[in-house]
Amino acid sequence: MMRTMLIARRELAAWLRTFQGYIIIAMVLAVDGLLFNAFALGGVSKRSSEVLSLFFQFSSGTTMVASVFISMRLLAEERQAGTLLLLYSSPVKDHEIVLGKFLSALAFLALMTLATVFMPLLVMVHGKLSLGHIAAGYLGLLLLGSASLAIGTFGSALARNQVLAAVLSGCMLVALLTCWLLARITEQPLSDVFSALALWNQHFQPFQAGVVHVRDIVYYLSVTYVALFAATRVLEARRWR
Amino acid sequence: MIHVEGLTRYYGGHAAIRGLSFEIQRGEVIGFLGLNGAGKTTTLKILGCVLLPTSGRAVVDGHDVVSHPHEVRQRIGFLPDTPPLYDEMGVGEFLAFVARLRGVPSREVSARVTEAEEKTGLRDVDDAPISSLSHGYRQRVGVAQALVHRPALLLLDEPGSGLDPRQMVEMRTLIQGLRGAEHTVLVSSHLLPEISQTCDRLLVIKDGELVAQGTEAELGQRLGSGGFIEVEVRGERERVLAALAGVGPVHVMGEAEGVVTLRVEAPADLRPGVARAVVGAGLELLRLDRGTEKLESLFLRLTRGGDEAAP
Repeated sequence: MMRTMLIARRELAAWLRTFQGYIIIAMVLAVDGLLFNAFALGGVSKRSSEVLSLFFQFSSGTTMVASVFISMRLLAEERQAGTLLLLYSSPVKDHEIVLGKFLSALAFLALMTLATVFMPLLVMVHGKLSLGHIAAGYLGLLLLGSASLAIGTFGSALARNQVLAAVLSGCMLVALLTCWLLARITEQPLSDVFSALALWNQHFQPFQAGVVHVRDIVYYLSVTYVALFAATRVLEARRWR
Repeated sequence: MIHVEGLTRYYGGHAAIRGLSFEIQRGEVIGFLGLNGAGKTTTLKILGCVLLPTSGRAVVDGHDVVSHPHEVRQRIGFLPDTPPLYDEMGVGEFLAFVARLRGVPSREVSARVTEAEEKTGLRDVDDAPISSLSHGYRQRVGVAQALVHRPALLLLDEPGSGLDPRQMVEMRTLIQGLRGAEHTVLVSSHLLPEISQTCDRLLVIKDGELVAQGTEAELGQRLGSGGFIEVEVRGERERVLAALAGVGPVHVMGEAEGVVTLRVEAPADLRPGVARAVVGAGLELLRLDRGTEKLESLFLRLTRGGDEAAP
């Protein structure tokens, strides 16, 4: 665990020292703010909870896109730069490398998500909102981000460079997102399986509305675990090549 | 310290190394010599637990690299051909990170970093970002990261690659400084002076196979050209050749103003015999030097032909 935290700290420090991290945060804030102003606050008058729900809906999209950009560098960049050999030749287990990298990305995503908190606070100042709704929405964003980052970490472990990692992760995320479409054109029980697998449709919408179901938490944590496990196995196989 | 037996590694259908076997004792500084593509890097990567051999066995400090890689990784420091450095970090900060990663207790990290920086001449750039360093300094940081945790075995892959002559001398001094310390060092290079002046013993690899091993002098002897004696004698060419005929094979190197320069092939030190033969024939002996074949020509002979040498 000590080595996991060591790798996570170094990686997070690298995020905060380079422009890449700040550019991602700035882009997410800009897009979130634009959508918040144009669609959540604009148009016909809405109740505060509806505005907040829309905000979490937009944010879930930017969180997934940001996750692809955050995670693409985790292992692919190290492989490109040759620094993965430093970790490979050190007494560090593969799962410690993967977990360290993932935790740094999650911490960075949490910082980025925290930076958007002024938008719900604005709604809260001018309307009536439950803190529970805000907390549930942010928990959903973090869990969705965690699953997306884990998928991205898997893509980064598979790819030889960052662009390929982003493409792979993006494809896997879109495949999971569009499972609900498959659910609509298939018969039961297959439609139930696809519906349960869908990354956003069935599992994020309750968080967005301020409702926390254990099954949704379990789903996101399961996706995170499976993707990180797969990334670890890829790293194990690649370590000896 | 290292026991390698029948080590083979294939990349597809191409054998990068084939049936490699050698032993390295604790505390030795070994030069791993071969042309580009000979299999040096592949061998070092297997010993560094980053590459799986196709067959054969490699044991480091009693631990098999395949079945007990974690134990081996605790005992090695590896500098790949491109130093693995995080550019955004400072030198001292990076070395502290590597020390912790390799299990140095927190209370000792600072002292180990200072020690590694002193050994590699990096004290004055402790705070400098790695991205701002010259190529020579980056190579030094690469060596420092390999030794910061005081590993039993140091694997250095082409540490002098891309260095200018001054930096080469500094790198040579650095590696020489590791001799007699707690490290066993295996350094690969095709930079012959670097190997010649820093290593106790040489392993010469060609097309993935070990073609020779031993000290420079031993390799010379094995190739039948362990040494020679250069002689300058004042006198007639025929008289000089007649006088030295019984000593060994003689080649005339030059003749000017009555002085003949000759080379007598002599694996052993035959200077007394040569001196007696010249003086006994009534000739004037002007110069008598013993030389050995330089590493460069040995290397070329070992890596050129197919049947000149055997391990």
